[in-house]
Amino acid sequence: MTRRAARLGWTAATLLVVAYALAPVAWIVSLSLKRGDDVHARRFLPSDWTLENYRAVFRTPLFTAALRNSIGISLMSTGVSVVLAALAAYAIARLEFPGRRWVLGTALAVAMFPVISIVGPLFELWRTVGLYDTWPGLAIPYLSFTLPLSIWVLTAHFRQLPWELEEAAIMDGATRWQAFREVMVPLAAPGVATAAILTFLFAWNDFVFGISLTSTDRARTVPAALAFFTGASQFQHPAASIAAAAVVVTVPVVALVLVFQRRIVSGLTSGAVKG
Amino acid sequence: MTTGRTRQRERRAGWALAAPATAAMLVVTAFPMLQALWLSLFSYRLTNASAREFVGLRNYAVVLADPLWWQDVRTTVLVTIVTVSVELVAGLALALAMHRIAFGRRVVRTAILVPYGIVSVVSAFGWRFAFSSETGFVNGWLGLGDFAWFGHRWSALAVLCASEIWKTTPFVSLLLLAGLAQVPEELWEAARMDGATAWQRLWRVTLPAMRPAIAVAVLFRTLDAYRVFDGVFVMTAGAQRTESVSFLAYRQVIVRTALGLGSAVSVLLFLSVLLIAVAIVKGARVDLAGVRGAR
Repeated sequence: MTRRAARLGWTAATLLVVAYALAPVAWIVSLSLKRGDDVHARRFLPSDWTLENYRAVFRTPLFTAALRNSIGISLMSTGVSVVLAALAAYAIARLEFPGRRWVLGTALAVAMFPVISIVGPLFELWRTVGLYDTWPGLAIPYLSFTLPLSIWVLTAHFRQLPWELEEAAIMDGATRWQAFREVMVPLAAPGVATAAILTFLFAWNDFVFGISLTSTDRARTVPAALAFFTGASQFQHPAASIAAAAVVVTVPVVALVLVFQRRIVSGLTSGAVKG
Repeated sequence: MTTGRTRQRERRAGWALAAPATAAMLVVTAFPMLQALWLSLFSYRLTNASAREFVGLRNYAVVLADPLWWQDVRTTVLVTIVTVSVELVAGLALALAMHRIAFGRRVVRTAILVPYGIVSVVSAFGWRFAFSSETGFVNGWLGLGDFAWFGHRWSALAVLCASEIWKTTPFVSLLLLAGLAQVPEELWEAARMDGATAWQRLWRVTLPAMRPAIAVAVLFRTLDAYRVFDGVFVMTAGAQRTESVSFLAYRQVIVRTALGLGSAVSVLLFLSVLLIAVAIVKGARVDLAGVRGAR
Protein backbone atom coordinates (compact mmCIF):
# COMPACT_ATOMS: atom_id res chain seq x y z
CA MET A 1 0.00 0.00 0.00
CA THR A 2 1.38 3.36 -0.94
CA ARG A 3 1.52 6.16 1.58
CA ARG A 4 -1.13 8.06 -0.25
CA ALA A 5 -3.53 5.14 -0.15
CA ALA A 6 -2.82 4.67 3.55
CA ARG A 7 -3.54 8.30 4.22
CA LEU A 8 -6.75 8.06 2.26
CA GLY A 9 -7.72 5.00 4.27
CA TRP A 10 -7.15 6.77 7.58
CA THR A 11 -9.10 9.80 6.41
CA ALA A 12 -12.01 7.57 5.44
CA ALA A 13 -11.85 5.83 8.82
CA THR A 14 -11.80 9.17 10.61
CA LEU A 15 -14.82 10.39 8.69
CA LEU A 16 -16.62 7.12 9.44
CA VAL A 17 -16.03 7.50 13.18
CA VAL A 18 -17.15 11.12 13.12
CA ALA A 19 -20.31 10.13 11.25
CA TYR A 20 -20.94 7.32 13.75
CA ALA A 21 -20.62 9.74 16.65
CA LEU A 22 -22.72 12.51 15.20
CA ALA A 23 -25.45 10.73 13.20
CA PRO A 24 -27.87 10.12 16.11
CA VAL A 25 -27.44 13.73 17.23
CA ALA A 26 -28.04 14.98 13.69
CA TRP A 27 -31.17 12.84 13.61
CA ILE A 28 -32.61 14.42 16.78
CA VAL A 29 -31.87 17.89 15.43
CA SER A 30 -33.48 17.00 12.11
CA LEU A 31 -36.56 15.59 13.84
CA SER A 32 -36.89 18.75 15.93
CA LEU A 33 -37.07 20.83 12.72
CA LYS A 34 -39.88 18.84 11.11
CA ARG A 35 -43.25 20.37 10.58
CA GLY A 36 -46.58 18.60 11.16
CA ASP A 37 -46.99 15.33 9.29
CA ASP A 38 -43.44 15.41 8.01
CA VAL A 39 -42.63 13.53 11.23
CA HIS A 40 -44.23 10.44 9.70
CA ALA A 41 -42.46 10.73 6.33
CA ARG A 42 -39.92 8.01 7.26
CA ARG A 43 -37.10 10.18 6.03
CA PHE A 44 -34.01 11.34 7.85
CA LEU A 45 -34.16 14.98 6.80
CA PRO A 46 -37.14 17.32 7.04
CA SER A 47 -38.68 18.25 3.68
CA ASP A 48 -39.46 21.71 4.98
CA TRP A 49 -37.86 22.90 8.18
CA THR A 50 -39.38 25.04 10.91
CA LEU A 51 -38.46 26.41 14.32
CA GLU A 52 -42.05 26.09 15.51
CA ASN A 53 -41.23 23.14 17.79
CA TYR A 54 -38.69 25.22 19.68
CA ARG A 55 -41.09 28.11 20.12
CA ALA A 56 -43.70 25.65 21.32
CA VAL A 57 -41.55 23.97 23.96
CA PHE A 58 -40.49 27.30 25.38
CA ARG A 59 -44.15 28.20 25.72
CA THR A 60 -44.80 24.96 27.62
CA PRO A 61 -44.63 25.56 31.40
CA LEU A 62 -43.86 21.86 31.96
CA PHE A 63 -40.62 22.28 30.06
CA THR A 64 -39.50 25.72 31.25
CA ALA A 65 -40.12 24.73 34.89
CA ALA A 66 -38.13 21.53 34.35
CA LEU A 67 -35.28 23.49 32.80
CA ARG A 68 -35.17 25.79 35.82
CA ASN A 69 -35.28 22.79 38.18
CA SER A 70 -32.51 20.96 36.31
CA ILE A 71 -30.20 23.97 36.39
CA GLY A 72 -30.90 24.77 40.04
CA ILE A 73 -30.66 21.24 41.38
CA SER A 74 -27.54 20.39 39.37
CA LEU A 75 -25.81 23.58 40.54
CA MET A 76 -26.84 22.90 44.13
CA SER A 77 -25.42 19.38 44.22
CA THR A 78 -22.33 20.41 42.26
CA GLY A 79 -21.57 23.21 44.72
CA VAL A 80 -21.95 21.03 47.80
CA SER A 81 -19.99 18.11 46.29
CA VAL A 82 -17.08 20.18 45.07
CA VAL A 83 -16.65 22.02 48.39
CA LEU A 84 -16.83 18.85 50.51
CA ALA A 85 -14.69 16.91 48.04
CA ALA A 86 -12.05 19.65 47.86
CA LEU A 87 -11.59 19.52 51.65
CA ALA A 88 -11.35 15.74 51.61
CA ALA A 89 -9.05 15.66 48.58
CA TYR A 90 -6.73 18.22 50.16
CA ALA A 91 -6.49 16.05 53.27
CA ILE A 92 -5.87 12.89 51.24
CA ALA A 93 -3.27 14.45 48.96
CA ARG A 94 -1.48 16.58 51.50
CA LEU A 95 -1.83 15.21 55.04
CA GLU A 96 -0.62 12.01 56.66
CA PHE A 97 -3.48 10.39 58.48
CA PRO A 98 -4.56 6.81 58.92
CA GLY A 99 -7.73 6.07 57.03
CA ARG A 100 -7.13 8.15 53.95
CA ARG A 101 -7.08 4.97 51.86
CA TRP A 102 -10.29 4.05 53.58
CA VAL A 103 -11.89 7.34 52.51
CA LEU A 104 -10.87 6.70 48.89
CA GLY A 105 -12.07 3.12 49.12
CA THR A 106 -15.45 4.34 50.36
CA ALA A 107 -15.68 6.78 47.46
CA LEU A 108 -14.94 3.99 45.01
CA ALA A 109 -17.48 1.61 46.57
CA VAL A 110 -20.15 4.33 46.64
CA ALA A 111 -19.48 5.12 42.97
CA MET A 112 -20.35 1.54 42.03
CA PHE A 113 -23.53 1.58 44.07
CA PRO A 114 -26.78 0.89 42.18
CA VAL A 115 -28.76 4.05 42.96
CA ILE A 116 -32.11 2.45 42.18
CA SER A 117 -31.66 0.35 45.33
CA ILE A 118 -32.09 3.35 47.64
CA VAL A 119 -34.98 4.95 45.76
CA GLY A 120 -37.58 3.06 47.82
CA PRO A 121 -36.43 4.10 51.31
CA LEU A 122 -35.81 7.67 50.11
CA PHE A 123 -39.29 7.78 48.60
CA GLU A 124 -40.79 6.86 51.96
CA LEU A 125 -38.44 9.00 54.06
CA TRP A 126 -38.82 12.09 51.86
CA ARG A 127 -42.59 11.87 52.10
CA THR A 128 -42.38 11.80 55.88
CA VAL A 129 -39.91 14.68 56.27
CA GLY A 130 -41.36 16.83 53.47
CA LEU A 131 -38.45 16.60 51.04
CA TYR A 132 -40.43 14.73 48.40
CA ASP A 133 -40.75 16.80 45.21
CA THR A 134 -38.34 19.54 46.36
CA TRP A 135 -34.91 20.73 45.10
CA PRO A 136 -32.96 19.47 48.12
CA GLY A 137 -34.91 16.23 47.87
CA LEU A 138 -33.03 15.56 44.62
CA ALA A 139 -29.78 17.40 45.34
CA ILE A 140 -29.11 15.29 48.46
CA PRO A 141 -29.43 11.86 46.79
CA TYR A 142 -27.35 13.19 43.87
CA LEU A 143 -24.45 13.36 46.33
CA SER A 144 -24.32 9.55 46.17
CA PHE A 145 -22.75 9.77 42.73
CA THR A 146 -21.43 13.36 42.54
CA LEU A 147 -19.31 13.15 45.71
CA PRO A 148 -17.26 10.07 44.76
CA LEU A 149 -16.65 11.57 41.31
CA SER A 150 -15.48 14.92 42.72
CA ILE A 151 -13.28 13.30 45.37
CA TRP A 152 -11.70 11.08 42.79
CA VAL A 153 -10.98 13.82 40.22
CA LEU A 154 -9.77 16.31 42.82
CA THR A 155 -7.50 13.87 44.66
CA ALA A 156 -5.83 12.90 41.37
CA HIS A 157 -5.34 16.60 40.57
CA PHE A 158 -4.14 17.70 44.01
CA ARG A 159 -1.56 14.90 44.09
CA GLN A 160 0.13 16.34 41.01
CA LEU A 161 0.43 19.85 42.42
CA PRO A 162 3.90 21.12 43.36
CA TRP A 163 3.23 21.59 47.05
CA GLU A 164 6.92 22.52 47.58
CA LEU A 165 5.99 25.94 46.24
CA GLU A 166 3.88 26.50 49.32
CA GLU A 167 6.85 25.75 51.60
CA ALA A 168 9.03 28.01 49.47
CA ALA A 169 6.59 30.90 49.84
CA ILE A 170 6.55 30.40 53.62
CA MET A 171 10.37 30.46 53.63
CA ASP A 172 10.16 33.76 51.77
CA GLY A 173 8.10 35.23 54.58
CA ALA A 174 4.53 34.54 53.58
CA THR A 175 2.14 33.33 56.24
CA ARG A 176 0.71 29.81 55.86
CA TRP A 177 -2.66 31.21 54.78
CA GLN A 178 -1.07 33.65 52.29
CA ALA A 179 1.02 30.87 50.81
CA PHE A 180 -2.05 28.69 50.45
CA ARG A 181 -4.23 31.42 48.98
CA GLU A 182 -1.72 33.18 46.71
CA VAL A 183 0.23 30.17 45.49
CA MET A 184 -1.77 26.98 45.81
CA VAL A 185 -5.34 28.11 45.12
CA PRO A 186 -4.56 29.39 41.59
CA LEU A 187 -2.75 26.12 40.84
CA ALA A 188 -5.63 24.06 42.14
CA ALA A 189 -8.33 26.05 40.33
CA PRO A 190 -8.26 24.15 36.99
CA GLY A 191 -8.74 20.84 38.80
CA VAL A 192 -11.64 22.24 40.76
CA ALA A 193 -13.19 23.53 37.51
CA THR A 194 -12.83 20.09 35.91
CA ALA A 195 -14.44 18.41 38.90
CA ALA A 196 -17.27 20.95 38.84
CA ILE A 197 -17.97 20.41 35.12
CA LEU A 198 -17.96 16.62 35.37
CA THR A 199 -20.10 16.69 38.49
CA PHE A 200 -22.59 19.02 36.84
CA LEU A 201 -22.80 16.70 33.80
CA PHE A 202 -23.54 13.69 35.97
CA ALA A 203 -26.20 15.56 37.95
CA TRP A 204 -27.74 16.94 34.73
CA ASN A 205 -27.94 13.41 33.33
CA ASP A 206 -29.80 11.85 36.28
CA PHE A 207 -33.06 10.13 35.48
CA VAL A 208 -33.68 7.53 38.21
CA PHE A 209 -34.01 9.98 41.10
CA GLY A 210 -35.71 12.54 38.86
CA ILE A 211 -38.68 10.33 38.04
CA SER A 212 -38.88 8.60 41.43
CA LEU A 213 -38.66 11.49 43.88
CA THR A 214 -40.71 14.16 42.11
CA SER A 215 -44.33 14.39 41.08
CA THR A 216 -44.93 17.94 39.83
CA ASP A 217 -43.31 20.98 38.20
CA ARG A 218 -41.87 21.94 41.57
CA ALA A 219 -38.79 19.78 41.23
CA ARG A 220 -39.14 17.62 38.12
CA THR A 221 -35.96 17.78 36.07
CA VAL A 222 -35.72 17.82 32.27
CA PRO A 223 -34.91 14.11 31.71
CA ALA A 224 -37.88 13.19 33.91
CA ALA A 225 -40.13 15.77 32.24
CA LEU A 226 -39.19 14.43 28.78
CA ALA A 227 -40.51 11.02 29.77
CA PHE A 228 -43.87 12.57 30.64
CA PHE A 229 -43.99 14.97 27.72
CA THR A 230 -46.97 14.42 25.44
CA GLY A 231 -46.42 17.26 23.02
CA ALA A 232 -46.46 21.01 23.25
CA SER A 233 -49.81 21.29 21.51
CA GLN A 234 -52.42 18.89 20.27
CA PHE A 235 -51.51 19.68 16.67
CA GLN A 236 -48.01 18.37 16.95
CA HIS A 237 -46.66 14.89 17.29
CA PRO A 238 -44.89 14.62 20.64
CA ALA A 239 -41.78 13.28 18.91
CA ALA A 240 -40.98 16.63 17.33
CA SER A 241 -41.55 18.51 20.59
CA ILE A 242 -39.51 16.01 22.59
CA ALA A 243 -36.75 16.28 20.00
CA ALA A 244 -36.74 20.08 20.28
CA ALA A 245 -36.65 19.91 24.08
CA ALA A 246 -33.88 17.30 23.84
CA VAL A 247 -31.80 19.56 21.62
CA VAL A 248 -32.25 22.45 24.04
CA VAL A 249 -30.87 20.43 26.96
CA THR A 250 -28.17 18.78 24.88
CA VAL A 251 -26.60 21.81 23.24
CA PRO A 252 -25.26 23.46 26.43
CA VAL A 253 -23.75 20.26 27.83
CA VAL A 254 -22.21 19.20 24.56
CA ALA A 255 -20.77 22.71 24.19
CA LEU A 256 -19.37 22.48 27.72
CA VAL A 257 -17.83 19.09 26.98
CA LEU A 258 -16.26 20.26 23.73
CA VAL A 259 -14.87 23.51 25.15
CA PHE A 260 -13.29 21.73 28.11
CA GLN A 261 -12.50 18.49 26.30
CA ARG A 262 -8.85 18.32 27.30
CA ARG A 263 -9.62 18.72 30.99
CA ILE A 264 -12.58 16.37 30.87
CA VAL A 265 -10.62 13.60 29.19
CA SER A 266 -7.77 13.91 31.67
CA GLY A 267 -10.19 14.22 34.58
CA LEU A 268 -12.02 11.07 33.50
CA THR A 269 -8.96 8.98 32.90
CA SER A 270 -6.61 10.38 35.52
CA GLY A 271 -6.36 7.90 38.28
CA ALA A 272 -8.31 5.37 36.28
CA VAL A 273 -5.07 4.15 34.80
CA LYS A 274 -1.98 3.79 36.86
CA GLY A 275 0.65 6.29 35.86
CA MET B 1 8.42 15.36 70.86
CA THR B 2 7.51 18.28 68.60
CA THR B 3 7.27 16.04 65.53
CA GLY B 4 4.96 13.75 67.50
CA ARG B 5 2.70 16.66 68.32
CA THR B 6 2.78 17.93 64.73
CA ARG B 7 1.92 14.50 63.46
CA GLN B 8 -0.98 14.23 65.84
CA ARG B 9 -2.22 17.63 64.74
CA GLU B 10 -1.90 16.65 61.10
CA ARG B 11 -3.81 13.48 61.79
CA ARG B 12 -6.62 15.36 63.47
CA ALA B 13 -6.74 17.96 60.65
CA GLY B 14 -6.84 15.16 58.08
CA TRP B 15 -9.82 13.56 59.71
CA ALA B 16 -11.59 16.87 60.23
CA LEU B 17 -11.27 17.71 56.53
CA ALA B 18 -12.18 14.28 55.18
CA ALA B 19 -15.01 13.61 57.63
CA PRO B 20 -17.79 15.77 56.11
CA ALA B 21 -17.47 14.23 52.63
CA THR B 22 -17.15 10.70 54.00
CA ALA B 23 -20.08 11.15 56.35
CA ALA B 24 -22.21 12.62 53.54
CA MET B 25 -21.44 9.66 51.27
CA LEU B 26 -22.38 7.16 53.96
CA VAL B 27 -25.52 9.04 54.97
CA VAL B 28 -26.87 9.12 51.40
CA THR B 29 -26.06 5.49 50.56
CA ALA B 30 -25.41 3.20 53.53
CA PHE B 31 -28.26 4.60 55.60
CA PRO B 32 -31.00 4.20 52.94
CA MET B 33 -29.55 0.81 52.02
CA LEU B 34 -29.95 -0.38 55.62
CA GLN B 35 -33.42 1.09 55.56
CA ALA B 36 -34.15 -0.94 52.41
CA LEU B 37 -32.89 -4.05 54.17
CA TRP B 38 -35.28 -3.32 57.05
CA LEU B 39 -38.25 -2.58 54.78
CA SER B 40 -37.65 -5.76 52.82
CA LEU B 41 -38.64 -7.75 55.92
CA PHE B 42 -42.18 -6.37 55.89
CA SER B 43 -45.24 -6.91 53.81
CA TYR B 44 -45.87 -3.25 53.16
CA ARG B 45 -47.67 -1.27 50.50
CA LEU B 46 -47.96 2.49 50.73
CA THR B 47 -51.55 2.29 49.49
CA ASN B 48 -52.40 0.08 52.45
CA ALA B 49 -49.93 1.24 55.09
CA SER B 50 -51.96 0.09 58.09
CA ALA B 51 -51.63 -3.54 56.97
CA ARG B 52 -47.85 -3.39 57.39
CA GLU B 53 -46.71 -6.67 58.82
CA PHE B 54 -43.38 -8.29 59.63
CA VAL B 55 -42.85 -11.29 57.37
CA GLY B 56 -39.14 -12.07 57.79
CA LEU B 57 -37.54 -13.33 54.62
CA ARG B 58 -40.79 -14.14 52.85
CA ASN B 59 -40.42 -11.30 50.33
CA TYR B 60 -37.11 -12.80 49.21
CA ALA B 61 -38.73 -16.19 48.83
CA VAL B 62 -41.49 -14.61 46.74
CA VAL B 63 -39.03 -12.81 44.47
CA LEU B 64 -36.67 -15.74 44.03
CA ALA B 65 -39.52 -18.12 43.25
CA ASP B 66 -40.92 -15.79 40.60
CA PRO B 67 -39.97 -16.61 36.99
CA LEU B 68 -40.23 -12.87 36.21
CA TRP B 69 -37.25 -12.12 38.45
CA TRP B 70 -35.13 -14.75 36.70
CA GLN B 71 -36.24 -13.58 33.28
CA ASP B 72 -35.23 -10.02 34.18
CA VAL B 73 -31.88 -11.28 35.48
CA ARG B 74 -31.32 -13.15 32.22
CA THR B 75 -32.23 -10.07 30.16
CA THR B 76 -29.94 -7.85 32.22
CA VAL B 77 -27.03 -10.30 32.04
CA LEU B 78 -27.53 -10.68 28.29
CA VAL B 79 -27.54 -6.91 27.72
CA THR B 80 -24.48 -6.55 29.96
CA ILE B 81 -22.46 -9.24 28.18
CA VAL B 82 -23.35 -8.06 24.67
CA THR B 83 -22.75 -4.36 25.31
CA VAL B 84 -19.56 -4.72 27.34
CA SER B 85 -17.91 -7.12 24.90
CA VAL B 86 -18.79 -5.06 21.82
CA GLU B 87 -17.69 -1.88 23.59
CA LEU B 88 -14.36 -3.46 24.54
CA VAL B 89 -13.55 -4.61 21.01
CA ALA B 90 -14.79 -1.42 19.33
CA GLY B 91 -13.23 0.76 22.02
CA LEU B 92 -9.90 -0.99 21.63
CA ALA B 93 -9.98 -0.61 17.85
CA LEU B 94 -10.82 3.06 18.24
CA ALA B 95 -8.09 3.57 20.84
CA LEU B 96 -5.48 1.84 18.66
CA ALA B 97 -6.50 3.98 15.70
CA MET B 98 -6.38 7.19 17.74
CA HIS B 99 -3.00 6.18 19.14
CA ARG B 100 -1.59 5.67 15.66
CA ILE B 101 -2.88 8.65 13.80
CA ALA B 102 -1.47 11.99 14.79
CA PHE B 103 -3.56 13.92 12.33
CA GLY B 104 -7.27 13.52 12.89
CA ARG B 105 -6.87 12.37 16.47
CA ARG B 106 -8.23 15.64 17.79
CA VAL B 107 -11.17 15.53 15.42
CA VAL B 108 -12.02 11.98 16.42
CA ARG B 109 -11.65 12.70 20.11
CA THR B 110 -13.87 15.74 19.84
CA ALA B 111 -16.51 13.83 17.89
CA ILE B 112 -16.67 10.85 20.24
CA LEU B 113 -17.12 13.10 23.24
CA VAL B 114 -20.54 14.04 21.85
CA PRO B 115 -22.17 10.65 22.58
CA TYR B 116 -20.49 10.66 25.97
CA GLY B 117 -21.79 14.12 26.87
CA ILE B 118 -25.36 13.65 25.69
CA VAL B 119 -28.06 13.06 28.31
CA SER B 120 -28.88 9.33 28.34
CA VAL B 121 -32.65 9.90 28.17
CA VAL B 122 -32.16 12.11 25.10
CA SER B 123 -30.07 9.45 23.42
CA ALA B 124 -32.70 6.81 24.23
CA PHE B 125 -35.43 8.98 22.70
CA GLY B 126 -33.31 9.55 19.60
CA TRP B 127 -32.93 5.81 19.05
CA ARG B 128 -36.57 5.13 19.84
CA PHE B 129 -37.83 7.70 17.34
CA ALA B 130 -35.37 6.51 14.69
CA PHE B 131 -36.60 2.91 14.87
CA SER B 132 -40.27 3.55 15.56
CA SER B 133 -42.44 2.73 12.55
CA GLU B 134 -44.39 5.91 13.19
CA THR B 135 -41.64 8.51 13.33
CA GLY B 136 -38.49 6.73 12.22
CA PHE B 137 -36.43 6.61 9.08
CA VAL B 138 -34.88 3.18 9.67
CA ASN B 139 -37.84 1.22 8.33
CA GLY B 140 -37.96 3.57 5.34
CA TRP B 141 -34.27 3.04 4.62
CA LEU B 142 -34.31 -0.71 5.11
CA GLY B 143 -37.64 -1.19 3.35
CA LEU B 144 -39.13 -2.92 6.39
CA GLY B 145 -42.57 -1.37 6.06
CA ASP B 146 -44.38 -1.31 9.40
CA PHE B 147 -42.05 -3.62 11.28
CA ALA B 148 -42.43 -2.84 14.99
CA TRP B 149 -38.93 -2.92 16.42
CA PHE B 150 -40.21 -2.49 19.95
CA GLY B 151 -42.94 -5.07 19.53
CA HIS B 152 -40.58 -8.03 19.75
CA ARG B 153 -38.13 -9.02 22.45
CA TRP B 154 -35.09 -9.56 20.26
CA SER B 155 -35.41 -6.53 18.01
CA ALA B 156 -36.17 -4.28 20.99
CA LEU B 157 -33.14 -5.58 22.87
CA ALA B 158 -31.00 -5.13 19.76
CA VAL B 159 -31.93 -1.44 19.53
CA LEU B 160 -31.39 -1.03 23.29
CA CYS B 161 -27.92 -2.60 23.05
CA ALA B 162 -27.04 -0.52 19.97
CA SER B 163 -27.92 2.70 21.77
CA GLU B 164 -25.94 1.72 24.88
CA ILE B 165 -22.96 0.76 22.74
CA TRP B 166 -23.13 4.01 20.77
CA LYS B 167 -23.20 6.07 23.93
CA THR B 168 -20.52 4.37 26.00
CA THR B 169 -17.92 3.08 23.54
CA PRO B 170 -16.25 6.54 23.57
CA PHE B 171 -15.68 6.35 27.33
CA VAL B 172 -14.16 2.88 26.99
CA SER B 173 -11.91 3.99 24.13
CA LEU B 174 -10.66 7.03 26.10
CA LEU B 175 -9.83 4.83 29.10
CA LEU B 176 -8.03 2.37 26.84
CA LEU B 177 -6.23 5.17 24.99
CA ALA B 178 -4.87 6.40 28.33
CA GLY B 179 -3.76 2.83 29.06
CA LEU B 180 -2.16 2.55 25.63
CA ALA B 181 -0.11 5.66 26.29
CA GLN B 182 1.49 3.82 29.23
CA VAL B 183 2.85 1.00 27.05
CA PRO B 184 6.58 1.66 26.64
CA GLU B 185 7.55 2.31 23.02
CA GLU B 186 10.71 0.17 23.42
CA LEU B 187 8.61 -2.94 24.00
CA TRP B 188 7.05 -2.45 20.59
CA GLU B 189 10.34 -1.77 18.90
CA ALA B 190 11.91 -4.86 20.48
CA ALA B 191 9.04 -7.04 19.31
CA ARG B 192 9.30 -5.60 15.82
CA MET B 193 13.04 -6.32 15.75
CA ASP B 194 12.32 -9.91 16.71
CA GLY B 195 10.10 -10.16 13.65
CA ALA B 196 6.70 -10.23 15.38
CA THR B 197 3.77 -9.50 13.10
CA ALA B 198 1.37 -6.67 13.92
CA TRP B 199 -1.16 -9.22 15.16
CA GLN B 200 1.42 -10.90 17.43
CA ARG B 201 2.55 -7.55 18.77
CA LEU B 202 -1.04 -6.71 19.66
CA TRP B 203 -1.66 -9.98 21.52
CA ARG B 204 1.76 -10.51 23.08
CA VAL B 205 2.89 -6.96 23.83
CA THR B 206 0.14 -4.35 23.72
CA LEU B 207 -2.74 -6.17 25.37
CA PRO B 208 -0.75 -7.63 28.30
CA ALA B 209 0.78 -4.22 28.97
CA MET B 210 -2.68 -2.65 28.90
CA ARG B 211 -4.17 -5.19 31.30
CA PRO B 212 -4.76 -2.70 34.16
CA ALA B 213 -6.61 -0.26 31.89
CA ILE B 214 -8.70 -3.06 30.35
CA ALA B 215 -9.60 -4.43 33.79
CA VAL B 216 -10.73 -1.00 34.99
CA ALA B 217 -12.81 -0.47 31.83
CA VAL B 218 -14.46 -3.89 32.25
CA LEU B 219 -15.19 -3.23 35.92
CA PHE B 220 -16.79 0.17 35.37
CA ARG B 221 -18.71 -0.73 32.27
CA THR B 222 -20.03 -4.05 33.60
CA LEU B 223 -21.39 -2.46 36.76
CA ASP B 224 -22.85 0.38 34.74
CA ALA B 225 -24.43 -1.91 32.14
CA TYR B 226 -25.91 -4.15 34.82
CA ARG B 227 -27.80 -1.15 36.20
CA VAL B 228 -29.36 -0.40 32.77
CA PHE B 229 -32.55 1.60 33.31
CA ASP B 230 -32.98 4.80 31.29
CA GLY B 231 -33.01 3.09 27.90
CA VAL B 232 -35.46 0.42 29.03
CA PHE B 233 -37.78 3.05 30.50
CA VAL B 234 -37.83 5.21 27.38
CA MET B 235 -37.89 2.53 24.68
CA THR B 236 -40.15 -0.26 25.95
CA ALA B 237 -41.00 0.45 29.60
CA GLY B 238 -40.16 -3.20 30.13
CA ALA B 239 -42.72 -4.55 27.66
CA GLN B 240 -42.02 -7.57 25.42
CA ARG B 241 -39.90 -9.17 28.14
CA THR B 242 -37.24 -6.47 27.92
CA GLU B 243 -37.42 -5.53 31.59
CA SER B 244 -34.11 -5.11 33.43
CA VAL B 245 -33.59 -5.79 37.12
CA SER B 246 -33.34 -2.05 37.87
CA PHE B 247 -36.62 -1.47 36.09
CA LEU B 248 -38.28 -4.24 38.09
CA ALA B 249 -37.12 -2.56 41.31
CA TYR B 250 -38.46 0.80 40.10
CA ARG B 251 -41.79 -0.71 39.08
CA GLN B 252 -42.32 -2.44 42.41
CA VAL B 253 -41.23 0.46 44.61
CA ILE B 254 -42.47 3.56 42.78
CA VAL B 255 -45.23 2.42 40.44
CA ARG B 256 -46.83 -0.25 42.63
CA THR B 257 -45.57 1.38 45.90
CA ALA B 258 -44.93 -2.14 47.18
CA LEU B 259 -42.15 -0.99 49.45
CA GLY B 260 -41.62 -4.37 51.11
CA LEU B 261 -41.38 -6.52 48.00
CA GLY B 262 -39.65 -3.75 46.04
CA SER B 263 -37.03 -3.37 48.76
CA ALA B 264 -36.31 -7.09 48.56
CA VAL B 265 -35.68 -6.66 44.81
CA SER B 266 -33.47 -3.61 45.58
CA VAL B 267 -31.42 -5.57 48.11
CA LEU B 268 -31.01 -8.46 45.68
CA LEU B 269 -29.89 -6.01 42.97
CA PHE B 270 -27.39 -4.49 45.37
CA LEU B 271 -26.05 -7.93 46.30
CA SER B 272 -25.65 -8.96 42.67
CA VAL B 273 -23.76 -5.74 41.87
CA LEU B 274 -21.53 -6.40 44.87
CA LEU B 275 -20.97 -9.97 43.72
CA ILE B 276 -20.03 -8.86 40.19
CA ALA B 277 -17.67 -6.19 41.55
CA VAL B 278 -15.89 -8.65 43.85
CA ALA B 279 -15.67 -11.27 41.08
CA ILE B 280 -14.10 -8.82 38.61
CA VAL B 281 -11.74 -7.28 41.16
CA LYS B 282 -10.52 -10.72 42.30
CA GLY B 283 -10.67 -12.37 38.89
CA ALA B 284 -8.86 -9.69 36.92
CA ARG B 285 -6.73 -8.68 39.91
CA VAL B 286 -7.74 -5.06 39.32
CA ASP B 287 -5.23 -2.74 40.91
CA LEU B 288 -7.54 -0.64 43.04
CA ALA B 289 -4.65 1.59 44.06
CA GLY B 290 -4.47 2.48 40.37
CA VAL B 291 -8.20 3.01 40.15
CA ARG B 292 -8.18 5.39 43.03
CA GLY B 293 -5.57 7.55 41.40
CA ALA B 294 -2.86 6.60 43.87
CA ARG B 295 0.37 7.18 42.08
